[in-house]
Amino acid sequence: MSASKPELVENAVGRRVPTSVNGAAQVPYKGVGNHVPTGRKHAPRVASCANYPADGNKLVGSIEEALRLCGLRDGMTISNHHHLRNGDRIALEVLETAGRMGVKDLMWFPSASFPCQEPVMGLMDAGVVHHIEGSMNGPLGEYCSRGKMRGLGVLRSHGGRWQAIQDDEVKIDIAVIAAPSADAFGNADGSHGRSACGSLGFALADSMYADKVIVVTDNLVPFPCVPWQIQGGNVDYVVPVDSIGDPSKIVSGTTEITRSPDRLKIAEYVARFLRDAGIMKEGFSFQAGAGGIALAFVMFLRQMMKEAAVRARFVRGGSTKYLVELLEDGLTDYILDGQTFDLDGVRSIASNPRHLATSPFTSYNYNGKGCFATFVDAVVLGATEVDVHFNANVVTHSDGRLLHGIGGWQNCLFSGCTILAVPSFRDRIPVIVDEVTTIVGPGEMVDVVATERGIAVNPRRQDLLDRLRGSKLPIRPIQEIKDEVERICGGKPRPPSFADQPVAVVKWVDGTVLDTVWRLGD
Amino acid sequence: MHSPGRGEAGRRGQDVRSDLWVGIETRNTGGIELRLTSRVEPYYGDSIREQTTALLGTLGVAHARVEIEDQGALPFVIAARIEAAARAAGVTGGDARPERSAPLPPPSAKDRLRRSRLYLPGAEPKFFVNAGIHEPDAIILDLEDSVHPDHKDGARLLVRNALRCVDFQHAERMVRINQLPLGLADLEAIVPEGPDVILIPKTETAEQVEEVERAVESCQKRAGTSRPLWLMPILESALGIENSFPIALASGRVCALTIGLEDLTADLGVTKTEEGDETSHARRRLVLAAHAAGVQAIDSVYGDIGNLEGLRAWGTRARALGFEGMGCVHPRQIQVIHDAFAPSPAELQRALRVVSAFEDASRRGLGVVSLGTKMIDPPVVARMLRLVDQARRMGLVPDPPQAPEPKA
Repeated sequence: MSASKPELVENAVGRRVPTSVNGAAQVPYKGVGNHVPTGRKHAPRVASCANYPADGNKLVGSIEEALRLCGLRDGMTISNHHHLRNGDRIALEVLETAGRMGVKDLMWFPSASFPCQEPVMGLMDAGVVHHIEGSMNGPLGEYCSRGKMRGLGVLRSHGGRWQAIQDDEVKIDIAVIAAPSADAFGNADGSHGRSACGSLGFALADSMYADKVIVVTDNLVPFPCVPWQIQGGNVDYVVPVDSIGDPSKIVSGTTEITRSPDRLKIAEYVARFLRDAGIMKEGFSFQAGAGGIALAFVMFLRQMMKEAAVRARFVRGGSTKYLVELLEDGLTDYILDGQTFDLDGVRSIASNPRHLATSPFTSYNYNGKGCFATFVDAVVLGATEVDVHFNANVVTHSDGRLLHGIGGWQNCLFSGCTILAVPSFRDRIPVIVDEVTTIVGPGEMVDVVATERGIAVNPRRQDLLDRLRGSKLPIRPIQEIKDEVERICGGKPRPPSFADQPVAVVKWVDGTVLDTVWRLGD
Repeated sequence: MHSPGRGEAGRRGQDVRSDLWVGIETRNTGGIELRLTSRVEPYYGDSIREQTTALLGTLGVAHARVEIEDQGALPFVIAARIEAAARAAGVTGGDARPERSAPLPPPSAKDRLRRSRLYLPGAEPKFFVNAGIHEPDAIILDLEDSVHPDHKDGARLLVRNALRCVDFQHAERMVRINQLPLGLADLEAIVPEGPDVILIPKTETAEQVEEVERAVESCQKRAGTSRPLWLMPILESALGIENSFPIALASGRVCALTIGLEDLTADLGVTKTEEGDETSHARRRLVLAAHAAGVQAIDSVYGDIGNLEGLRAWGTRARALGFEGMGCVHPRQIQVIHDAFAPSPAELQRALRVVSAFEDASRRGLGVVSLGTKMIDPPVVARMLRLVDQARRMGLVPDPPQAPEPKA
């Protein structure tokens, strides 16, 4: 695997993308719904009870011993989940242990990375890690943007990660799953224990498809560990440790609503939009993330739901205390939770049978027999940039730097009404632009862009515009908002300068290549 | 050519947003040497350099060391800060006003709706640009108490540029000047830019209003404008309250009287309470004086931005006393104030019935207005007509003949 100059082709959104990534042939993006895979799913080797202890005791003394027993060697793919967020100690410890064992050229395959994993840059410099396929935030993104990684970064949505594992795009050699609770057989749960993080859904595919699976826990309980979000029948070894992470950074004590009046305005617009467009009605569903605007949106919507005496059938997490309040006030029947952000969320998922942990399989996987992202009535998402064609970016900034992962963002675009809630500019930097730096969401999937200066509805959604007749909301053409922002900011920003060298690719939910992230110029 | 000097303006540091710091050292040779660090360098670095060079040229500065630390300031802020630093360095020449990029809104009526007016500290430009989107009836660009005495010159330039470049949308544009004589410099810079209302702080006598009026008129004459410009004296002392009626009558430009409770309670030596009993008499007195003079009575601000219910209660009481609006220190207060100053649905419904009976009676040439079997007294009819007119301006009653279509 070397970063020799790849061949590039233009895909269905007019972006140049490599035909081969880290040695594997790629399918360029063909348009939404146009790529239908054939063939069979990947399957791990058959295992046999004959090779596992009949008493169910799979305990081993250390991560190093477990890695050795799993046959760790150069060039393997190691996976981790990110449910412990910025408090995680295990992912880094696994990679550092591999380094001490003299192993080289690993591919690290996290479901997302966090600032606490910055030292992976040193491991890449030292040759222990060859490259990362997963979200790269902050300094790791900058490292990749500068072209310092030996392989190409591959950015996938949460659903796309499941698809890649299932379809054998990524073969995980060893999955290491940090678990807030586990038993010696390998059943594991995220909602109990002092390092509780709620759901463990992002690790589910890893546990099912990896050749070897190690569970690491700081809360070993006698069999059975329930609910068994991870099933012991998929697990090879269990490693008890003193601590899997820093609980104060795994979940926030409280998540706070934004105090910015401009962002509150956007949140209020979005809530009013759902109400005025008739989306907020008995039995509806929505998803909102844990960003400041999204949380404030829930606060406004909750008030409107109460006034209209309307209840949701389900809301989709990332859960926070604001969703938990909806559940406990009877304003929603269920929370279907992908990840759990704060202490109220953890308390709720551990105790309320109507607060369910979900995995990217049920919620997001595109190569399946349906997933519920396509029938959530509305989602509220953020973006770094949106262009006048409603194309949107979440991974790079307008200066070209890779700074964020995709998360579930792409998968959520399939909802009945996708609303991007963004300020029209940040400091002096326009968010509404002529053309996004990186296409992560094709414009046909984005229905509404809500800014503090007005709400733009995608002209494809004439039905929404019709339903909004009589609404007092400031509905404006997106071009008009863009022009206004450019007037305020003093003209168009200078476009970023890139070297003609890909450093990462953005996958669409079906595994095709949607866009390329380029190395920053000088 | 002037003698070399040094000046600086603006704010620096990591927590500063949408502002900048400029240091200028003029010299006699060597041309312009510009050192720029900017949070938005990749996007607007070249634009900032061009703007700086052009502006220094306008100011007649040919030789200077210029250092800029920019945290994403908008162009009108950059211009104000550079000009302030140059002035502080002793540069006197040049008209450095930026090109007007915000259209001058139509002049405002004397009795315009003034339920909410949002205070914007004059030295904090980051709050200017989005103030209008929160839909206050007015914004106040404040040069007085919210601006540190050392920053008065810089704030004046920021406010002047904002009046040229920031679109405050439907908000009436008010400026609170400093007390005279400092306020004279404010007026000279501000009046040519066409603000709608000047707030006169700490007004105690009619003569103070007359002095401001004369200054306004001479500034307008020099600027060649006759655009309506209203005055709103702020009464903040016992003496001011005692003189409220002559103050209200001091000039035909006075559109409203308002009250400053922080200073008033300090003057009275009493503690400001949630209910406001200690200033109840002063506020009632102001309402009477304003109504007697035919101008609006506008209440003070409610300072606890976390307590929206307290604000709502204050606003409801203020409306009941005869005030037509109050100040806001945070955009979150605007909607609450608008709600508090709106007639209740029952009140409005009754008023609409009376007005319709009045129109019916007028059409039929009847001198007496009656609703069912009940006769309505003329003062009640007059009050209801006024209430419906106000409610229409608040957007609570559709304009005849029908509601406007939303923009698609």
